[in-house]
Amino acid sequence: MTLPDWVSGDVDISRPSAARVYDYYLGGSHNFPADREMARQAIALWPELPRIMQANRAFMRRAVRYLIGQGVSQFLDIGSGIPTVGNVHEVAQAADPEARVVYVDVDPVAVAHSRAILAGDDLTEVVHADLRDVQGVLEDPRTMRLLDLSRPVGVLMVALLHFVPAAADPAGVLARYRRAMTPGSYLAVSHATHEGQPDQAGPHVALYRRTGTPMTMRSRAEVAALLDGFDLVPPGVVFLPQWRPEPGSVGADQPERIAGFAAVGRRR
Amino acid sequence: MRVAGGAGGGDAAAAARYSFARHWAEQVAGTSYVPWGPAELSDYLLGLLDRLMELLSAFDYDADAVSQVGADLVRAHFTGSETLQQTMVVLGEGLPALFGRPRPAYLDRRLVQALGALAAGYATALRDRALDEQDGIHRAMLMATRQAEKRLAVSEARFRTMFREAGLGIAIGDLAGNITDANPSLLQMFGYTADEFTRRNVSEMVHPEDAPSIWQSYDELVAGKRDHFRVEKRFFRKDGGIIWTNLTVSLVRDDTGAPSYQVALLEDIGERRRLQSELEYLAYHDALTGLPNRTQLCKRLDAIFARDEPGLRIGLCCIDLDGFKAVNDSQGHDVGDQLLVAVANRLTHLCPGPGQLVARMGGDEFLVLVERTSAVDQVVELVEHILAAVVTPVHVSGHELAITASIGIVEQSVADTTPADLMSAADITLYWAKRQGKNRYAVFDRGRVEEEIARYTLSATMPAAIDRDEFVVHYQPLISLSDGTLRGVEALVRWQHPTYGLLTPDRFIGLAEDSGAIIPLGRWVLATACRQARRWLQRFGDDAPFISVNLAPRQLQDPDLVADVTAILTDTGLPSDRLQFELTERAVMSEETGPLQALAALEEIGVRLAIDDFGTGYSNLAYLRRLPVHTLKLDGSLAVGLGEIDTPDPAAEKIVSALVTLAHAMNLDVTAEGIETPAQLQRLRALGCDTGQGWLLARPGPAHVVAAQLRRRATL
Repeated sequence: MTLPDWVSGDVDISRPSAARVYDYYLGGSHNFPADREMARQAIALWPELPRIMQANRAFMRRAVRYLIGQGVSQFLDIGSGIPTVGNVHEVAQAADPEARVVYVDVDPVAVAHSRAILAGDDLTEVVHADLRDVQGVLEDPRTMRLLDLSRPVGVLMVALLHFVPAAADPAGVLARYRRAMTPGSYLAVSHATHEGQPDQAGPHVALYRRTGTPMTMRSRAEVAALLDGFDLVPPGVVFLPQWRPEPGSVGADQPERIAGFAAVGRRR
Repeated sequence: MRVAGGAGGGDAAAAARYSFARHWAEQVAGTSYVPWGPAELSDYLLGLLDRLMELLSAFDYDADAVSQVGADLVRAHFTGSETLQQTMVVLGEGLPALFGRPRPAYLDRRLVQALGALAAGYATALRDRALDEQDGIHRAMLMATRQAEKRLAVSEARFRTMFREAGLGIAIGDLAGNITDANPSLLQMFGYTADEFTRRNVSEMVHPEDAPSIWQSYDELVAGKRDHFRVEKRFFRKDGGIIWTNLTVSLVRDDTGAPSYQVALLEDIGERRRLQSELEYLAYHDALTGLPNRTQLCKRLDAIFARDEPGLRIGLCCIDLDGFKAVNDSQGHDVGDQLLVAVANRLTHLCPGPGQLVARMGGDEFLVLVERTSAVDQVVELVEHILAAVVTPVHVSGHELAITASIGIVEQSVADTTPADLMSAADITLYWAKRQGKNRYAVFDRGRVEEEIARYTLSATMPAAIDRDEFVVHYQPLISLSDGTLRGVEALVRWQHPTYGLLTPDRFIGLAEDSGAIIPLGRWVLATACRQARRWLQRFGDDAPFISVNLAPRQLQDPDLVADVTAILTDTGLPSDRLQFELTERAVMSEETGPLQALAALEEIGVRLAIDDFGTGYSNLAYLRRLPVHTLKLDGSLAVGLGEIDTPDPAAEKIVSALVTLAHAMNLDVTAEGIETPAQLQRLRALGCDTGQGWLLARPGPAHVVAAQLRRRATL
């Protein structure tokens, strides 16, 4: 008898999904009316949202390039969502054609779409799992086919951890991933915050209660605490556009308007 | 082919185009998400700009190629409407300047056409992209749905199998209590068909004896106030029979947490309960007779004693069959068992009341408990019926068995006793009835018990008392009736008891003989007396008295007696002719050879022997001839029989006279015991008794009193 599949298999497109709403923010059409409706409301409340998402996406790109530069050639992208353009494997393989990427998401539609897009790509895999099911993520046959955890791995939790409430013990979950990562591995995190844009953050959190993935905004100190056990790569925990920016980047002039923190830590 | 005056080469022109592209990039940055940094974006737009300028300069204007530039913007993921707007403005305002002067005449018109074509290409590509992405996400949704359904089907199949095959009864119902599904085990348990069951409502499953808490829990569950409860509950089967179940009801909620339906698991525990009640029956009943057993009787007693009922009295009879073991041994256990069953039936028949309980305690012992008695007579009356019923012969396997019973009766106020004391009293009383000759009853008597307990206590503590030196020896002088001199002393043991004070031998010598303590006690008395006699001998020489020590029959049978006596004489240094043993006539009239040999051996070592209490038994002088006896001690009753001075008894006087004459004829000394009056002393002296003993002459006393007498005499 196989073990029960603890990941929810429910497909309910009448409820907004974080992955599809994110896609909408980025200008994608991988979404349904409920997703668009929620995204439009969110943007009406907080017009910077699309820019924040772009900045988040841009951070992911810079972080992957940075990790490639540090010799990392295998990535675990948890909460990967709907593939659009500039996905992790595209960024990574542009610099290292042999780079391997395992995408993980809890949203069954995002997983199905990712698998359709990536069908036939031997250097990527898509795993349907919950971040909190550490064993389920790391011991999935797809993960084990591509990743060699005895070598450094780049774990990406981009715009993910704000969907993990304190009650689910994110620090404990991260500690379990950290134990599985060999020293020299990296963790890249971006995280929504109420710091910088406190007026918008509250209503935004309220809006996300309608999704299957409510949000928990965290302070800079709380985000730093999540990276316990990792040495923060300079410049540490900063607003998204401030993390190793490229000249002329979006939002570089008023970084606090981009209400998200970014950080990359190296496993001790 | 190139049109004259079109976009020319040259560094200046290239720098202008580069600068234009960077401006374009700045204007569209942030309007859409593209996976590039500012420099990459600028490079990409420079490429598009070059293509546009080439198309605008071309001899044959190619609108499709221009619209392809718009499409390429979309392919790069410029999907925002703001991007197009900014692009139109940037191109419309800045492009003409890039062509230098003079600008071709057709340029303005072409530029308008080109912007239109680019916008159209952008729009078409954007629409296609949106449609493709919508198509993709729909397909993904369908795929995910199919997978979810497959998973659901697997888990549903798993659940169905479990539901169908489970030994547990499972029912599913809605919140209104309508049963929507019941598994085969449950149907079998209740005897309903699936259709019959699903027409039922939970509210019809009430059993009149349900604890109210069950239905309270149920109401809380369907109201969403609790998630499950577990109880033991009875249900009616379709045929009206009862089933006992271990019932667990769980509430299932939907994904918003609202109560959705209920699931009940029912484990048939009828078998377990039957077993339990059978075990309970066995625990409280005797397997052979079916009567209540000791456990049940004790429980009943405890319950009675727990009642708060002033003046409540209770009777308990302990019944034991006389000679039952003989029946078992001679007729076999099967017959014995049948006899017990017959007796049990008779007892039950005689004690039908609710306040009466007959129990078998094991073996051939029964107890009858009578509640709310008024007096012991009431119980005695019942017991007389029981005795009469038991003696009626029983026919078992062709044998006619006659048996009797002994019964101990105790009837007391509950306030005065405890269950354990009551049981033990009945037991003791039964023993009395047995000792009194069986086939009878005895009634408990607390005074008698206390006496027995005291006797038992004395007997039990005697060996330790010897070790603790609680015994003392007193001495009673034996006086020469011819000259009044002290001839000897009789050693008399006393027990200086810490609780009861100074005890005389009649209180404990019998016990010591029963328990065997007489052997060590006798040895101790002998050693003490001999040591004392030796001291007197050293002090007073020939005037010192001999010592006379009593020897119990049991001591005479002790094979170590002669060795012990020899050892004591050696240890104390007392010459053997200074020691006399007093034995009763009964002790020496033994058929056995042991005592006679012991007497011969004692005589051999030179110890004198006296017959004590002579005249109370057979007074068989002929028999005494054959024994090595030296002295006769005439019992005190003979002295009393002589009468006083004013009431002489000539017949008694003749008997004593004859005894003295005969004894002297056999060379025996005669000691008269129990001399209490001057008249007795005068007669006994006149009749020729050699020595006398009694309160008139001297009372028994400690050794120093005897010594004082001797000193007085010595000083005379």
